[in-house]
Amino acid sequence: MIPQDHTPLIIRGARVIDPASGRDEAKADIFIKDGVFVEKLSASEQASARVVDAKNLILAPGFIDLNCRLGEPGRSARETFRTGTQAAAIGGFTTVVTMPDSLPAADSVGTIQLIRELSQRDATVRVLPAGTLTKSHEGKALAPLGSLQKAGVVAVTDTTSGVQNNEIMRRALEYATMFNLVVLDHCQDSSMTENAQMHEGAWSLRLGLRGWPRAAEEIVVSSDCVLAGLTKARIHLQHLSSGGSAEIVRRAKATKASVTAEVSALHLLLTDAALANYDTRLKLNPPLREESDRLALIAALVDGTIDAICSDHSPCTSTEKDCEFDLAPFGAASLETAFAAAYEAIVVAGHADIKLLIARLTTGPAKALGLNAGTLRHGEPADFVLINPEANWKFTAEKKLSKSGNNPLTGRTFKAQIHSTFVGGRCICQDGKIA
Amino acid sequence: MVLTFVRANGKNRMAQQLTWTKKDLTGIEGLSRAEIEFLFSQADQFLPALAPGKGLDLMRGRTVVNLFLEPSTRTCTAFEISAKKLGAEVVSINTTASSLVKGETLRDTAMNIRAMGVDAIVMRHSSAGAARYLGEALDISVINAGDGAHEHPTQALLDAFTLKQRFGKVEGLKVTILGDILFSRVARSNILCLSKLGAQVTLAGPATLVPASLAEAFPQVRIVHDLKTALSDADAVMLLRIQHERQTTTHFPSLNEYTSQFGINASRAAWMKPNAIIMHPGPINRGVEVDSDVADGPRSVILEQVRNGVAVRMAVLHLCTGCINR
Repeated sequence: MIPQDHTPLIIRGARVIDPASGRDEAKADIFIKDGVFVEKLSASEQASARVVDAKNLILAPGFIDLNCRLGEPGRSARETFRTGTQAAAIGGFTTVVTMPDSLPAADSVGTIQLIRELSQRDATVRVLPAGTLTKSHEGKALAPLGSLQKAGVVAVTDTTSGVQNNEIMRRALEYATMFNLVVLDHCQDSSMTENAQMHEGAWSLRLGLRGWPRAAEEIVVSSDCVLAGLTKARIHLQHLSSGGSAEIVRRAKATKASVTAEVSALHLLLTDAALANYDTRLKLNPPLREESDRLALIAALVDGTIDAICSDHSPCTSTEKDCEFDLAPFGAASLETAFAAAYEAIVVAGHADIKLLIARLTTGPAKALGLNAGTLRHGEPADFVLINPEANWKFTAEKKLSKSGNNPLTGRTFKAQIHSTFVGGRCICQDGKIA
Repeated sequence: MVLTFVRANGKNRMAQQLTWTKKDLTGIEGLSRAEIEFLFSQADQFLPALAPGKGLDLMRGRTVVNLFLEPSTRTCTAFEISAKKLGAEVVSINTTASSLVKGETLRDTAMNIRAMGVDAIVMRHSSAGAARYLGEALDISVINAGDGAHEHPTQALLDAFTLKQRFGKVEGLKVTILGDILFSRVARSNILCLSKLGAQVTLAGPATLVPASLAEAFPQVRIVHDLKTALSDADAVMLLRIQHERQTTTHFPSLNEYTSQFGINASRAAWMKPNAIIMHPGPINRGVEVDSDVADGPRSVILEQVRNGVAVRMAVLHLCTGCINR
């Protein structure tokens, strides 16, 4: 439950960055009343207002994550709505879109209602469910997209199952256009990735692990771009991992195809070389690829080919990952570190400034899904973050709020940190702790 | 454990002291050339103990568990005999008897074995990296007897030991590894071991099983898809078993097609240099990768490899279990 805070709030002296309006002010005061941004407060409101000194901090809209899993329903050993949304808040995310591959899958109105109830009861940030595109994300029969949308889904996707049949994908996209529902697609031709464990390249050959070629992703990225042209449906390509995929999207966007794309923070930061010690926490779907891919993804993010950075938070218990590499499930926990990791990869490395990074965490994802979020505009809900760009902090297992045990960046030191996160004008967390 | 050995070093013979510090042998990757040569000098000393009626008691009172989670006859038996020749007790666990089929994790299985007072676990596993995982989980010795398509270090050691025995040294030899490189742990360990010892390695076979990208992974190797080129300048040709159980049907059309392109028969063996040898890690598919008259002919050192395998594994068990302070 996200209660409203009626006490007026003044955030004083932060550098204010709002990509939606192009605003970047070195020092400004931000006013909040009844949970929304306001232009100013009356004298009496100012007198009673709570004042937050935000000197040396950056104030930005709360981040939007288009790709995460919160364990429930069905996998509460991995994560719960409470722990998952607390992790999101710590990481600066105030709106998260949950993937529908829960148990049961989010392919019916009843399950969406359950997710909304869990969210009402336990969530500290805004949870927007995605529904499946086909029943049980099996890629065979269409899910009831119209009813799912009425029940509250903001997008539909078969997530990591992907839709392997082009005819079904085409009809699903066509059907989704009726509801102007964005289809999120995980691009993987499964026929090319049987038993694949990591990126196919020099490292997979050295480690003796079955390779997952770039082509398995690029083929589906290509077919999605073609089908977007055919059906006029809106397709959002999930967590791209290959430089070739980015190039295909760049060309499709040049022809005004209705496609958008995202990349995970881990793919911006790491490569397949990080798997040299068989760290199962880095067994990801899609896999970490080579340095040339990483740099191409960063370039695509900077030039706008890729619209959004996602966490791709896929919590697992540490026991699930404590096994032979072949047997470990895919995915990493990352909500708490996604922003810090992306900041390292983009800003610290000098590829772009923090304004661009914030845009790809706010306006980028908001536009991709048509969400009314990710801005400091007056009258909008006061979802925002304060960022300390010089925190130099270490993410440790003791600090983590996520229930999962598979954040591969545990023990790593980062420059920037989320100082505090506000949802609806209420402080959710501060200095790495839930408020 | 500190053992000394003497290595010829240019003009001066210089005594070097090498301390074996590795409780595990999970791959060739972590071994230095000095360690490999030290291990060979140890294996040399164990050769006389292979004679019938001979044996040593260096590991008396110790227990070795062979945990073979993938079928194996040769390697499992060789390890068992190696341990017994050193005076150790051996228990062999095979896949079907394993509790892993009941859903127990590898860590739990290994912790249980360890709790029973075992000194070393020799493991074969279908997953790459499994031996390393176990070595990190346990404080007793873990010897890799093959982990997926990753490494099979004792096979590479016995192969290089056999080459050294035949040619006096490995440095400068040209060795061709022929067959299914992509799925072969033997190939990976041999590429690393032979390169460390100064041999030049050529990889040969069908393009699907010897992809060009191997040159990225192992820049020191040469890749050829033409059999005559692969054979004609080699001092040794290592044939790999064509492993039906690992290959999906997409990697080559049929066994007949493989044999017609890459099988070694007498007329192809004639392309080789006069004193060049043929090696095979076994088990041989006679008539597939090699014809019987070649496998049993004068070039073949296959049975020497098997015999050396016992001495090399004795050295591995002795050194790895010996380095643990107790």
